[in-house]
Amino acid sequence: MRIPLRFLVPLLFFGVLVGLLGWGLTRDPSLVPSPLINKPVPTFTLPELKQPGKTFSSARLARGHVALVNVWASWCVSCRAEHPMLLQIARSGIVPIYGLDYKDTRKAALNWLDEFGDPYRAVAQDKSGKVGINWGVYGVPETYVVDGKGIIRYKRVGPITPKVWKQKMRPLIVRLKNGEPLTKGETGTSG
Amino acid sequence: MKALSGSLLFVLAVLVAVPVAAEPAQSGAGWHHFDNPAKEQRYQNLLGNLRCLVCQDESLLDSNADLAADLRAQIFLMMKSGESNAQIKQYLTNRYGDYVLFKPPLDYRTYALWFGPFALALLGLVVLVWSIRHRSRERAAAVSDEERARIDELLRATERNDKQ
Amino acid sequence: MIPEIGNFALIMALSLALMQAALPLLGAWRRNESWMAVARPATFGHGAFVLLAFGCLAFSFLTSNFSVAYVAENSNTALPMIYKFTAVWGGHEGSMLLWVTILSVWGVAVAIFSRSLPQVFSSRVLGVLGLIATGFLLYMLFTANPFTRSFPAPAQGRDLNPLLQDPGMVGHPPMLYLGYVGFAVAFAFAIAALLGGRLDSAWARWSRPWTAAAWVFLTCGITLGSAWSYYVLGWGGWWFWDPVENASFMPWLVGTALIHSIAVTEKRGTFKAWTALLAIAAFSLSLLGTFIVRSGLLTSVHAFAVSPTRGIYILSFLGIVVGASLILYAIRAPAIRSVGNFSLISRESFLLANNVLLVVTCAAVLLGTLYPILIEALGMGRISVGPPYFDAVFVPLMLALTLLLGFGPAASWRRAEPAALARQLRGAFIASVVAAGVVIIAVGGVRSAELALTLFLAFWVVSTSLRGVYQRLRNRGGIRRWRSVPRGFYGMHIAHIGVAVFMLGVGVVSTFAVKQTVRLAPGQSATVAGYSFRLDKMKQVSGPNYQGNEGIFTVSRNGHQLYTMDTQKRMYQPSGTPRSMAAIQAGFTRDLFLALGQQLDDGSWTVRVRYMPLVRWIWGGALIMALGGLLAFTDRRYRLAMQHERIRLPEGAPSSGVDG
Repeated sequence: MRIPLRFLVPLLFFGVLVGLLGWGLTRDPSLVPSPLINKPVPTFTLPELKQPGKTFSSARLARGHVALVNVWASWCVSCRAEHPMLLQIARSGIVPIYGLDYKDTRKAALNWLDEFGDPYRAVAQDKSGKVGINWGVYGVPETYVVDGKGIIRYKRVGPITPKVWKQKMRPLIVRLKNGEPLTKGETGTSG
Repeated sequence: MKALSGSLLFVLAVLVAVPVAAEPAQSGAGWHHFDNPAKEQRYQNLLGNLRCLVCQDESLLDSNADLAADLRAQIFLMMKSGESNAQIKQYLTNRYGDYVLFKPPLDYRTYALWFGPFALALLGLVVLVWSIRHRSRERAAAVSDEERARIDELLRATERNDKQ
Repeated sequence: MIPEIGNFALIMALSLALMQAALPLLGAWRRNESWMAVARPATFGHGAFVLLAFGCLAFSFLTSNFSVAYVAENSNTALPMIYKFTAVWGGHEGSMLLWVTILSVWGVAVAIFSRSLPQVFSSRVLGVLGLIATGFLLYMLFTANPFTRSFPAPAQGRDLNPLLQDPGMVGHPPMLYLGYVGFAVAFAFAIAALLGGRLDSAWARWSRPWTAAAWVFLTCGITLGSAWSYYVLGWGGWWFWDPVENASFMPWLVGTALIHSIAVTEKRGTFKAWTALLAIAAFSLSLLGTFIVRSGLLTSVHAFAVSPTRGIYILSFLGIVVGASLILYAIRAPAIRSVGNFSLISRESFLLANNVLLVVTCAAVLLGTLYPILIEALGMGRISVGPPYFDAVFVPLMLALTLLLGFGPAASWRRAEPAALARQLRGAFIASVVAAGVVIIAVGGVRSAELALTLFLAFWVVSTSLRGVYQRLRNRGGIRRWRSVPRGFYGMHIAHIGVAVFMLGVGVVSTFAVKQTVRLAPGQSATVAGYSFRLDKMKQVSGPNYQGNEGIFTVSRNGHQLYTMDTQKRMYQPSGTPRSMAAIQAGFTRDLFLALGQQLDDGSWTVRVRYMPLVRWIWGGALIMALGGLLAFTDRRYRLAMQHERIRLPEGAPSSGVDG
């Protein structure tokens, strides 16, 4: 049976549409991919939370070792949920974790770390949230994987789950530490 | 039971997805206002065309989210120091990507988007005209001269009948 | 007990829907009369059980039975009674039940009013409706059952989203679904006709009133939604090109194309395959809309909770239903030959051009809605397509359409003399230019080309419509013979005038609305668009399930006090969700709109003030369109035609009408 093309066009178009919609279901609609991937860390100099009078500058992130930068706050409920994971990562020693305390007060932040544990090698205090904006922070917690040269390689929006740590972040960190070249699929944003 | 854990999951999902909804340590909205009405209008128009990333279906103008308030303040300062709309938009897209703009950029990715509908309309109308012409030509060709003569005769006969 | 009855009712409804689908369709294929005869009773039975299920759910809500998980998620003892009822469709499972209920109501209506149709045909129609119902009932019973119990039952429910605790919730979803789901009837008619291998004018004539009715409901539903979001969302917008809004607008656009196309198929026997395709497309877009809203594909203030698993089921259902229909279309439609020949300038061609523009507009909306997903799928990042895009594309297409609108009804069928047509419409053209010019001068000059065009075209539509009515009455012998003109004729022109009113509203609001956010402390005032708004005082308010602040304003103009306006910002418990209750001073020529923003550190409040000229014309125009549609489908010709068929046709005989 020969069917003229013009009668098949709707069906073909629909097939493509279903394919697109099916693919669309696999992604998170509210995730905002970061434009800072594979770009240098936004520069900042902020007061250090745990050492009054000292500052934490972004230069520290380009000193040759891979690091995690975790954006958190004492008022953030999900950060509390993520915290055990961070402590575990810190204990394992695989990668140092630096904190960016977002729109918080010093007292509340210190109390929080006292109560729940401190996985951070150092914490920068972003009281106004301006540095957060420079990093493209739009929710808390967010975590960035930064390589030895201070280039952002990966952003995790939302708490670090064991699954994303095992499947995405840990392998990436290992490869960065070994100095291996990266493929496109390894860098990026996840939510 | 399954439904209850389902609703719990939903609650958790909401908490995870919108963590900034929780009260921050400092609140209080800033008020930013230009005395110059033209500048104020420009400010509000600009804010209306930028997406809030927390409440993602609202603009920076309307959103009550904390981040929106911060960005409003930032944009206010930038406008005050004379930056143009394009520069402000660049500032935001550098940090948040193109998603923050309600108006999609015009680049190689979006030619199909911007020009597609008009191209389609044009194509549709061209196809329409062609198929109407084609159809009538087909019809006209289908009737041979002999048949046409017969038809004319029959029509005349019918008219005569009608008049009686 | 009641929820179990409801669950049982759904299962019974499923089995009856299966019977409604399988036996009549097989019977039509095999020409087995007793199987075909199952269609009507099965439809009635299926409808009865679905209504029973709906009643059970409503009862569970009204009695605050929180052992039912869905009730606990969407209701609360403090919720006012009326909202306990509307909460039935406040969440995913309940709104699916509403969908299914409305589908069964349409099915029952078709079963009742289709007795004059040949049995083979009506069996197929009811069978297709049964298939759709089966799909949805299966989906509900397996993945979205509203009667699922939870133990232990919570003492208190989570509450209905405060934004939905509103009269708008009573009308908008049911009306919208009546429209959306109503296109299933046109769909079923088209599929039944394709299955039978013939699309003739009779099929078009039977389909037409059902299609028009669904269109009227959808128009009202969308209008209600727009008006509702205008006052409930607190910033005075009336359309956001939000994915869910687009999901309801796309079927409307194709539905409008369909009602025009079907009119031509009925009258002239042309466009048959195209009309069938549009009928399939309209309902497919309804299903697509259902998918978009519930699947978590896109973020939207309207969207139900994100859940890709739900999405997969609906997508599969969509794929099967639409895929099968399009395969059927591809197989059967090429054999359909349309009679009728028309020239390049004729009413047929104007209507086809109308169809092209409407379908392209729908495609544009679809493109804009899904483009971000396409870009992401191609790995090109994340962009957003918002109102600036849609406005830029929609407006030119619609202006082009309204230009054609003037010519269409005036052109003769088959062949219109361009010169004669131009001469006939010359007067209307001049009148439109003059009227537009007058308005432009009155508002102090041309603000934008877009506004000037909009004004001209709105007047163009009005003057050509009035001319059309005048001509027709004159041909009939004067205005006293108005009753001799078919109702549908008036309906057409009234609907077109509705379009013009709508356009004027949109054009004027877009150009002349004044929107400002001001800061006011009690005693201070702000002037917007010549009106002075003074905040007299702020006070605390509380209600059965909320607490908040209220601002009381006095509005004056030129020193004369005009109105008092109260606006509230409420915080609902237990969900802790805020909601702003805007104060709107509605008027025929303009709305004044006030909404509280936030409280600032010094105790003053930000207030959104809006001056919205002619904004009511937007919804007024849309309702006038719906009125036109209502007049069209209650035309006596349909009722007469149905009676006529009943007398003349023995059951099973081939249908009348031009064929070939």
